[in-house]
Amino acid sequence: MEPTTAPTKPQFSPAAQAEIKRLLTHYPEDRSKSALLPILHIAQAEFGGWVSPEVQDLVAETLNIKPIEVYEVATFYTQYNLKPVGKHVLEICRTGPCMLRGSDELTEHLERITGAKVGGTSPDGTFTLKEVECLAACGFAPIVQVREKYYEQLDTPEAVDAMLNELKSLLHRPILPWEENSTLPNSLKNY
Amino acid sequence: MAKITFDGIEVEVPDGTTILNAARQIGGGVVPPAMCYYTPLKGSGGKCRACLVKVSAGSAKDPRPMPKLVASCITTVQDGMVVENTINQQVLDVRKGIVEMLLINHPLDCPVCDQAGECSLQDFAFEHGVSTTRYEEERRTFEKIDIGPLIQLHMTRCILCYRCVYTANQITDNRVHGVLGRGDAAEIGTYIENIIDNDFSGNVIDVCPVGALTDKTFRFKQRVWFTKPVNAHRNCSHEKCEGRVTLWYKGKDVLRVTARKDEYGEVKEWICNECRFDKKETADWVLEGPAHINRASVIAQNHYELPVVNPQVIQDLPESTTRELERNPPLKLGGLNG
Amino acid sequence: MGRKLLTEHIDVEGINTFEVYRKHGGYRSVEKALKTMTPDEVVEEVKKSGLRGRGGAGFPTGMKWSFLAKPEGVPRYLVCNADESEPGTFKDRHLMSRLPHLLIEGMITGSYALGARTSYIYIRGELLYVLRILEKAIAEAYAAGFLGENILGSGYSLDLHVHPGAGAYICGEETALLESLEGKRGNPRNKPPFPAVQGLYARPTVVNNVETIAAVVPIINEGGDEYAKLGVGKSTGTKLISACGHLNKPGIYEIELGVPVEEFIYSDEYCGGIWKGRDLKAVVAGGSSVPILPKELILKTAAGENRLMTYESLSDGGFVTGTMLGSGGFIAMDETTCIVKNTWNFSRFYHHESCGQCSPCREGTGWLEKVLHRLEHGHGSMHDIDLLVSVAKQIEGNTICPLGEAAAWPVAAAVRHFRHEFEWHVTNPKEATAPGAAYRGTAVLA
Repeated sequence: MEPTTAPTKPQFSPAAQAEIKRLLTHYPEDRSKSALLPILHIAQAEFGGWVSPEVQDLVAETLNIKPIEVYEVATFYTQYNLKPVGKHVLEICRTGPCMLRGSDELTEHLERITGAKVGGTSPDGTFTLKEVECLAACGFAPIVQVREKYYEQLDTPEAVDAMLNELKSLLHRPILPWEENSTLPNSLKNY
Repeated sequence: MAKITFDGIEVEVPDGTTILNAARQIGGGVVPPAMCYYTPLKGSGGKCRACLVKVSAGSAKDPRPMPKLVASCITTVQDGMVVENTINQQVLDVRKGIVEMLLINHPLDCPVCDQAGECSLQDFAFEHGVSTTRYEEERRTFEKIDIGPLIQLHMTRCILCYRCVYTANQITDNRVHGVLGRGDAAEIGTYIENIIDNDFSGNVIDVCPVGALTDKTFRFKQRVWFTKPVNAHRNCSHEKCEGRVTLWYKGKDVLRVTARKDEYGEVKEWICNECRFDKKETADWVLEGPAHINRASVIAQNHYELPVVNPQVIQDLPESTTRELERNPPLKLGGLNG
Repeated sequence: MGRKLLTEHIDVEGINTFEVYRKHGGYRSVEKALKTMTPDEVVEEVKKSGLRGRGGAGFPTGMKWSFLAKPEGVPRYLVCNADESEPGTFKDRHLMSRLPHLLIEGMITGSYALGARTSYIYIRGELLYVLRILEKAIAEAYAAGFLGENILGSGYSLDLHVHPGAGAYICGEETALLESLEGKRGNPRNKPPFPAVQGLYARPTVVNNVETIAAVVPIINEGGDEYAKLGVGKSTGTKLISACGHLNKPGIYEIELGVPVEEFIYSDEYCGGIWKGRDLKAVVAGGSSVPILPKELILKTAAGENRLMTYESLSDGGFVTGTMLGSGGFIAMDETTCIVKNTWNFSRFYHHESCGQCSPCREGTGWLEKVLHRLEHGHGSMHDIDLLVSVAKQIEGNTICPLGEAAAWPVAAAVRHFRHEFEWHVTNPKEATAPGAAYRGTAVLA
């Protein structure tokens, strides 16, 4: 794999480091590897929405485990993006109950208006489309998840437009979940 | 101690023994096949499902049958347990199904695979499979990964037994490879191209049941059935290596060096890379004598060994098992020797 | 309308805060248990209640609790399975985001009963926003003295943490969940040993679903016997049903077990009938892994009795004419639904979610999906239909964990009841692959 991040070694921000320190108190001292999944979530939010090999190595170093232990986990769970992504990753649920209520049509619609293909990113780098399996909100189908927010009942072009407009209005991408909600614009209170 | 009945044969084993190891004490054709279990490797087993057996009575205390077939490699015996393997049609049918599953995405490139002749999957398919396939879809392939100058990783052949991962974890101090991805896209790899390099890395070749990890220094040198295994030893300077190996000869040339394996393909003593890759002269070794290949295998077809079944056990065999053994002898001598 | 034990106050404004929750009777079960009951008495009440695991398996909770090994000096754990991801099921997200304190209360009472000093809520990674709601509520509970050292002066101490997954259905399997909680790949463990003996960090552990743990609260408040008065037979209490698919009013309904399926689908109190004035074709009653039933068999059993929303009634007839209550993920399909396409979709899900550890599941789920894809797209043969049944059979019962069955059952059931529809895809590929096409013939009832 070609290196795609800057040659300098990535470092966690002080806010992220504080959050990692807090997380590590959740597990027995000799079981700190338990914090691997939550720390990978932090790393992904911190370093542009994906976890590069360098970022995974940083996580390994943070937890004092072998890099392969991080690679094994990062490649197992589908939420971790292993390649660079656009500013907003739209995760479209494609499983049965969503399909019954139009997720196929929603995907086509999103491909058309964002210019991104499923698995890819729009030419302007704004949207990445990703098909995912059941998001456990089947009664509100069809659904798209963007970062930590669920957009539900996207069964009309208007609902989809509202979602995309909200996303386009967000100026800075890395909204770190451990930042105080109060520092965020109103539209982000749900994040 | 626990007394169990396996395919009608009684055997007494220490508490905590697995069903598979109890069967191995009986030996011969009643032993379930094992593709992922490996006695020296802690945590191995349970994955390939080749060794599933029927427990028709759980124990003397609770003689109810277990509802599902169980993996004999990880299920421990209970006193009074009754197990059915070769005498149970469901077990044999399921085993046929497992062969099919393991083969649908296997490249079946035995003619160009160095493992052919000593491949557990080949033996397994030979003994339990059918000669046609119902699989019409495209087979899964993987891109080639370079893991260094000594070991070839051919992921397309892998059956994900995890043995090499356990080996790296348990006998080396720095594991750089593991299982990446998931489902049928899971693969053995290093993620970023890393070289698997430490004094004992070569042992992953010996534990691999198929041709996924092979010895680059032996690559395409010779079909294994044309080579002759000879046990030998040397005074190895590595503190963890006893230097007891098997040399594989073709004429006067040592074509490769492996650890010594028992009849179930299990390495008894790990060997270092120096012994394996660098000592290929007869002068490096003290020869002990020919090694025995004494399990049903494709390689055995071209060998000199005769079927081995514990004679004491044969006397005690029930008639149904004798019939089964006649129909399915533990060693099928065919081909040149047949 | 039946009694609501879990969601009675769900619409109260501010019920997600400690203050309002407490005002509506919250944390009474903790007070009652810690001050007036021994841990064993709490377990006894849960046994008496007849509560069965709400995650899908329906195993009696009190019995599961009593299996927990309790060696001296060894920590033990209660872990809440909030990895809700069985297609069709979305009750736990609802419960946790709206009533975070109900789960926390149940965790405290349950942990006390089991003697756990540290407990975890393992929540699926997609629900990070719910994780933050829970963490906020946990902080409130600590501040109010319901978590931490010496709770309510009882001498009992408990720490509670939330741990996120990261996108893996398999982590809903309890041993895969524990692996994931230990920071590993979600590979289910070989059993035995069971978690009750060697679970989290090889310590004795109980893993319970969100709704199960929440139900402990009313059970302790009102007593196990009172709880058991609700429901029918061995299906006691209330159950959250996630209703989705082609219904007029999809959503989460807390029902008293025993409501007739017909009433649940058609009455205005519940789902309000099938959308767009269409006819019902089939239902998957307990999450995507349970057998699909055609309309005739979901409304009435093969013997002609009304089918009820209970564990027993839904499984009446076994897998020949029955199904399972499972997780309560109720997916209704109208007459325009293509069963082949739906089955392929489910198969794709299980293929995608197989951990890849054991060979029948790793290879078999992909095989099923590919054959179904071919059938759905008009390239299948009659032989493929039998092949599906055969491959499903080769997976079922032969895998490390129940994902094998979960992948096999929907396929086997779809062919069992809708074989004509599969055959129609073979004989009329052009018609069957037209956009929106669906077979309108009759289903096979047995």
